[in-house]
Amino acid sequence: MSMLSSLLGNAVLSGAVLALAGQGELLAERVGVLNLGVEGLLALGGVTAIATVAAGHDPLLGLLAAVGVGAAVGCLFAAATVLARASQVLCGIALTTGGLGLAATLGRPYAGQPAAATFQPIDIPLLDRLPVLGPALFHQSAPVYVAFLVLPLALQLLLFHTRHGLVLRAIGENPAACDAAGIPVVALRFAYVALGAAIAAAAGADLTLAFVPSWSDGVTAGRGWIAVALVIFAGYRPWRIAVGAFLFGLVNALGYLAQARDWGVAPAFLSMLPYLATILFMVLPALSARSRPATTAPAALGLPYYRDQR
Amino acid sequence: MLANDGVDLALMPGEIHALLGENGAGKSTLMNVLTGLYQPDAGSIAIDGQVRRIDGPAAAARAGIGMVHQHFRLVPAQTVAENVHLGWSETPWRASARVLEARTASLAARFGLAVAPAARVADLSAGEQQRVEILRVLARGARILILDEPTAVLAPAEVATLFAALRGFRGRGNAVVLISHKLGEVLEIADRITVMRAGRSVATCAAAGASRSSLARLIVGDTAPPPPAKPGAGAPDDAPVLLELRDVGARDRRGITLLDGVSLRVRAGEILGIAGVAGNGQRALSEVLTGCLRPDRGQVLLEGTVVARPDPRTFAEAGIGHIPEDRLRTALAPDLSVAENAVLREYARPPIARGFGLDPRAAGAVARRIVEAAGLDVRDPRVPVRNLSGGNQQRLVAARERRIASRVLVAAYPTRGLDVGAVATLHAAMHRLAAEGCGVVLISEELDELLEHADRIAVLFAGRIAGLLPAAGADPERLGLLMSGQ
Repeated sequence: MSMLSSLLGNAVLSGAVLALAGQGELLAERVGVLNLGVEGLLALGGVTAIATVAAGHDPLLGLLAAVGVGAAVGCLFAAATVLARASQVLCGIALTTGGLGLAATLGRPYAGQPAAATFQPIDIPLLDRLPVLGPALFHQSAPVYVAFLVLPLALQLLLFHTRHGLVLRAIGENPAACDAAGIPVVALRFAYVALGAAIAAAAGADLTLAFVPSWSDGVTAGRGWIAVALVIFAGYRPWRIAVGAFLFGLVNALGYLAQARDWGVAPAFLSMLPYLATILFMVLPALSARSRPATTAPAALGLPYYRDQR
Repeated sequence: MLANDGVDLALMPGEIHALLGENGAGKSTLMNVLTGLYQPDAGSIAIDGQVRRIDGPAAAARAGIGMVHQHFRLVPAQTVAENVHLGWSETPWRASARVLEARTASLAARFGLAVAPAARVADLSAGEQQRVEILRVLARGARILILDEPTAVLAPAEVATLFAALRGFRGRGNAVVLISHKLGEVLEIADRITVMRAGRSVATCAAAGASRSSLARLIVGDTAPPPPAKPGAGAPDDAPVLLELRDVGARDRRGITLLDGVSLRVRAGEILGIAGVAGNGQRALSEVLTGCLRPDRGQVLLEGTVVARPDPRTFAEAGIGHIPEDRLRTALAPDLSVAENAVLREYARPPIARGFGLDPRAAGAVARRIVEAAGLDVRDPRVPVRNLSGGNQQRLVAARERRIASRVLVAAYPTRGLDVGAVATLHAAMHRLAAEGCGVVLISEELDELLEHADRIAVLFAGRIAGLLPAAGADPERLGLLMSGQ
């Protein structure tokens, strides 16, 4: 494998975690709920997947278990933020700290050991024979294809080409208008917050069964927070999240490459790169002229919905 | 709280039925019951003779009831087409922008309502947004159309368009319920009129036999009607000039001209009317007069002294009160309490301010006085001001600004959303201010109001003063021509 090919391959592999987590966060934010618990969901999903494959030796089973746990935790989060209308910021931080702590405790027996079963690369016929790009992009595991192709395509169609998607976007913009139009605002918010959490937990399974692949305390390394930033950077668009995740993956992969080839850059600086990139990506668009209205946050993001308010 | 108490309302096919009443008479509550947002504690709703249970907005739509609210229920960030199709069972499953825009264009043609399907709602004027709301309701097959103060936000030309659309709708055998405070308008378009007072329907009559005064009596009830405003003598030509603009020009951030060479003098003891179709620079003018907007060119003079760097605080401390056109966004902090909003102009001066501190008891006392002066029946001044009705918000702002206006009161559309009684009270207060030697700037779209209350009328067109004439003996037709730029 050429250097470029391995760089791109690593970029896609590490970007997939962010792409998945970002798409999950996108669903919650599009219906107006800010979920800051992605980091905790990643950890819970990751440890669930590791524990499941240790018993069952099937990566798909591990992924499904992570999705199930993510959905259950998402329902709890939605019950607090959508039904009880608790502060979304506080609940999100609680989910992050609680999720990280719970995952660290549950994951102790598996820490440091390689995953008992991992996702194996699948070759896409013909495309995998392309020079450079073939081995980099089309010799990847199933979650990577889902993260970069299936999910962005599905969400793009859902949000911008269906009646249901119109309703979802409107709920994030103006829930009172939706309520007046007879749309079940609370039920839909609940469902999509839970679904988003399930996808974020699946990103955790991708992290421990395909990317790393093992469990250790702190393996999420702030990726959940980067995913939250990525959604804003991408202007709440599924495709742009995929592209942004690839860019972040590329920064990450550059760090690995520099370390492997010994380019003489301090390793601490290299591991800092993704976080520096996050700050840069957040600051640059804000500095450049004005942000276009199409890329601004849903107007009702973070606000609990009360029917009685005028 | 009891908002509706044994209300009877009968609606015939092919009629426009006006609903009148003071702010808080229970009109909005009644309409919320009809559209399923509230459930009645007693009584029933029958459509075509059959009793129907309306347990939500969707049920109301199925029953053929459509409502256009005073505050539009649109999603500003989305397009007209998306808003029309939101929450509609007939929206196709595949709803890409192209599909929705094509459907919207054909709906607009069918109902004769001109809208731009691909435009973002946030970019539309109030009249255009209202057309989108109406189109949305009509597309769902409404046979009963309820409009809550539909003309409050419209320019006169837009009102004519709206009334034409309503007459067309009535002509197809449908019914319209029109909630309004403007008696002239109601007499012009309604077939029958129901008056509500204190949560009850007190009378229903044919519009043909009614007059402004008979309606006003029904609305106010037994309480004595407020004394008619006594126009003052106006200001003599040598009265001191309190506030003056000299060749003022202003542009917005995009470089579009708002004001262009405006020169105006506000004299002590006069009411200066500003006529003009909305959007011809009224907002910028009221902001320049109150220090909220720094002109790009020209001078602003306070009692003959040029203000070097105008800012709202200097002007407020100099005794210039401001009733802005967008009360909820510019005049009030919606989530703060009624009391806090009431003292918003006076918190920084004694007796409320004490050095760096704030005396909550003094603030409460001032707030109570303002709430009383506004004639508000607010049991708990701690409720957020957004929970007040639009009319009551307006009363609060007017009372607050009257207190600080020791020199000039600048009032942009101050009667919007007010009932007859409150309008009379406000006009009387303006005349009182003028009699005390203040200047009043009254910005309005209603020529009747200006001709009756102003001493001089300046006509604003495209950011310029198109004409300035004494109100006494002014010819409405000439004013109308000036307003349209001729």
